[in-house]
Amino acid sequence: MEIQNYSDVMVFVEQREGHVQKVSLELISKGREIADELGARLKAAVLTAGLTHPVHSLIELGCDEVILVEHPILEPYTTEPYTKALTEVIRAHKPEIVLFGATTIGRDLAPRVSSRLDTGLTADCTKLEVDLESRNLLMTRPAFGGNIMATIICPNHRPQMSTVRPGVMQMAEPVIGRIGVCRNFEIAFSPEDQHVEVLEVVKASKKKVNIEDATILISGGRGIGSPEAFPILESLADKLGGTVSASRAAVDAGWIDRNHQVGQTGKTVRPDLYIACGISGAIQHLAGMEESEFIVAINKDEGAPIFDAADLSIVGDVHKIIPELIRILPELGNRNAQ
Amino acid sequence: MNFSLSKEHEMLRELYRSFTVQEVKPLAEEIDEEERFPVETVEKLARYGFMGIPFPKELGGSGAGNLAYAMAVEELSKACGTTGVIVSAHTSLCAAPIYEFGTEAQKLKYLPPLAKGEKIGAFGLTEANAGTDASAQQTKAVLQGDHYVLNGSKIFITNAGHADTYIVMAMTDKAAGTRGISAFIVERGFPGFSIGKKEKKMGIRGSSTCELIFENCIVPKENLLGKEGQGFKIAMKTLDGGRIGIAAQALGIAQGAIDETVKYVKERKQFNRPISAFQNTQFELAGMQTKVDAARLLVYRAATLKEAGASYATEAAMAKLYASEVAMEVTTKAVQLHGGYGYTREYGIERMMRDAKITEIYEGTSEVQKMVISSAMLK
Amino acid sequence: MKIIVCMKQVPDTNEVKLDPVTGTLIRDGIPSIINHDDKAGLEAALCLKDQFGAHVTVLTMGPPQADKALREALAMGADRAILLTDRRFAGADTWATSLTLASAIRKMDYDLIIAGRQAIDGDTAQVGPQIAEKLSIPQVSYVEDLEVEAGQASIIVKRIFEEGYHRIRVKFPCLITTLAEMNTPRYMSVGGIMAAYNEKQVETWTLDQLDMNPDHAGLKGSPTKVRKSFTKAPKAPGKKFNTEPDAAARLILDALKERFIVE
Repeated sequence: MEIQNYSDVMVFVEQREGHVQKVSLELISKGREIADELGARLKAAVLTAGLTHPVHSLIELGCDEVILVEHPILEPYTTEPYTKALTEVIRAHKPEIVLFGATTIGRDLAPRVSSRLDTGLTADCTKLEVDLESRNLLMTRPAFGGNIMATIICPNHRPQMSTVRPGVMQMAEPVIGRIGVCRNFEIAFSPEDQHVEVLEVVKASKKKVNIEDATILISGGRGIGSPEAFPILESLADKLGGTVSASRAAVDAGWIDRNHQVGQTGKTVRPDLYIACGISGAIQHLAGMEESEFIVAINKDEGAPIFDAADLSIVGDVHKIIPELIRILPELGNRNAQ
Repeated sequence: MNFSLSKEHEMLRELYRSFTVQEVKPLAEEIDEEERFPVETVEKLARYGFMGIPFPKELGGSGAGNLAYAMAVEELSKACGTTGVIVSAHTSLCAAPIYEFGTEAQKLKYLPPLAKGEKIGAFGLTEANAGTDASAQQTKAVLQGDHYVLNGSKIFITNAGHADTYIVMAMTDKAAGTRGISAFIVERGFPGFSIGKKEKKMGIRGSSTCELIFENCIVPKENLLGKEGQGFKIAMKTLDGGRIGIAAQALGIAQGAIDETVKYVKERKQFNRPISAFQNTQFELAGMQTKVDAARLLVYRAATLKEAGASYATEAAMAKLYASEVAMEVTTKAVQLHGGYGYTREYGIERMMRDAKITEIYEGTSEVQKMVISSAMLK
Repeated sequence: MKIIVCMKQVPDTNEVKLDPVTGTLIRDGIPSIINHDDKAGLEAALCLKDQFGAHVTVLTMGPPQADKALREALAMGADRAILLTDRRFAGADTWATSLTLASAIRKMDYDLIIAGRQAIDGDTAQVGPQIAEKLSIPQVSYVEDLEVEAGQASIIVKRIFEEGYHRIRVKFPCLITTLAEMNTPRYMSVGGIMAAYNEKQVETWTLDQLDMNPDHAGLKGSPTKVRKSFTKAPKAPGKKFNTEPDAAARLILDALKERFIVE
């Protein structure tokens, strides 16, 4: 592996049923930045059975070249056809960097490809920088269960491969009319390239019912005023992919069922995000949630004890703040590109 | 003298702890409120080998010895005194005497289902007029051909409402005094045997404590445990072993109370600081833990002696005497340190205090333990 | 049916605390556990043992103290335990780790290899697929459910994606990666613990017993290297705001953006 023979940045553009995933657009934007710093080109590798997304928009976001592999075997996603195709594309183009979205597809494909190419792969990068002297990509990611950060390099192997989670990188503004090329890349697939048999494809959303497993909890207390306020909390929870929970006061008042109760006589939870709405923060409640990673508390009462445990305290009215938060939430983005 | 646990014992303790936290603790309050015997927990205890810990694998047990057994009762009791005594009474008071005094046939028939937890065991010695004076047995057993006929009743029998196998003491020869008492293995279905009223208790309210009623109860001759006239000795030796279980239960209750209190005093703020910052709290906790550690050493010593086949009755009495007194003292202080909240049923600490009291009374009151200890000293 | 379960002993990263004074991790006294995704895989293997009499081998690459995790697996019911331990394995990234594990697996017969999706300390989710590549066998990751087909030569798995799942048939030999959500692992049994220490054993293999290029092991063999590591900024005391609803909502959204990747 002669490192100097490798140049340019490549993004694996993930698509599902022809729809390009938003994370790939975010990575194209980041890839463009990296390519500019390196004085290199940016290429997109698209593997699909038929793309509905216009290729030129990938160019407008910053790709100099779109490499298109089109074949029916590529839908739905299975490991071997994708690995075979992408490996051939990489061997032909010799990029110095390849970026993947850290999705349920990316995290299946990238390790297989990196192993086939005998090169390094760094997962879930939150920051990508270039060390111009060495042309090494500096890949920063959480380690030790997220308790520390580590900056990783792949100094002696190419391509340097990296996966990045959706929502970490920013999507850039497209440059309308930007020039680039799109080339078809032929892969000689045969039925032997399919190592598994997909029997059924099912679309279903995962419903989280167990508050102890939830990573995001929107919790309601006596201060939300009435049971009618819970649907608003549910709506927020839905949009964030979280679950609704409650304080003992709300449960005792019959506003919500006991399964949702957090606290001394309820459940102990430690989600990544706990938004306490109208919860005063009595010691029995704190005992059940104070280990949460990030606590936001909203309460009308400035002296509410919950504020002592919260990372972000908002003195205000839940009924006004939550709907407003729901309104501006789309800024966090969803998975499929528009 | 080795004060550290073997790797097996450490791993056993981890098993006991994770099982207790996930399976026992969530039900503790409910079974106390509802006075409900936790059938579902017992099934799980059985599945994982908790109901026959000290007995050999060939007889359906887990082959782990007496120390492992005491540790199990301790850990379970940290969350729930009821669950601890269910295992203790079953193992020490029913399975153990069959193992120690039974014929090969009796052992093969009764021990595997007990050790596997398929059947639950109980021990019937106490009567309305025979508590501390256990020799004043009024239940009679008369031999009639190939069977005994039992008449009488027992009270305060742990596990009674849910057991299948009962070790029952009855008078076969009144003139011979304590040497006229015999022990029997009685099965739930034997004709003339029924379960009487269930006691309403101060604590361990999920434990099934009932009367046993014998009205011309037919017990096959083969179910005599040991020899005629050996019953009192069997009962006393059985209680020696049972003391280790109850000492372990008391120890667990005490430690559980301390653990909850430590959590509480770190969180509870008064006068702008957690109450753990006050020296009174600190000194109380120090005293409590020191006594519990001392109790632990007494319990583990007694269990280890029994496991090694050495004599252990005095040491077991000391462990039970001390651990139960410490449990009462520690749980009372624990409630005090919780203040008003400690008196409410929302917090489990008042239950621990209610559970602790019985450990000073059953399987030989503290007074009886002192009799055992002093009599060994003054021989 | 022969199953190999790849397992890792990890520090319980949920219990890690930061020293409030120095801002560094307190690594002492953190309990070590079997990684959750791997334990689910082990449970799945033990269910297959219950159902079909499958033989279950557990394999770990780690320091000597990983013996304890393997004993736990034996106490749960595994038949054979192998610890790959050698100073020369230290510092391995996922490429070197997967190569080492694959080299060990090549010395055994197997139908199914089960690995957890990812470990809670590294969180890469890379080792499973990389082992499959080195062994040139098919992989299916993100498995939440599995059933063995009649004939015991293939399995049907439920492979989950963000917006649904696929049912996939894959023939032996193959590798799957399992999710903790898949099942509730059994406890060890009391008798199982006694057997794990007194009747069963943990075999220890070093680099010398593996048929691989020794330069490919450990830090030396790793294509990726850690350039530096650092703790995140310590949790600052909370900030309190009393403001208009739209400003308040904006504050919350900004905090979410900064801290969370919402799936």
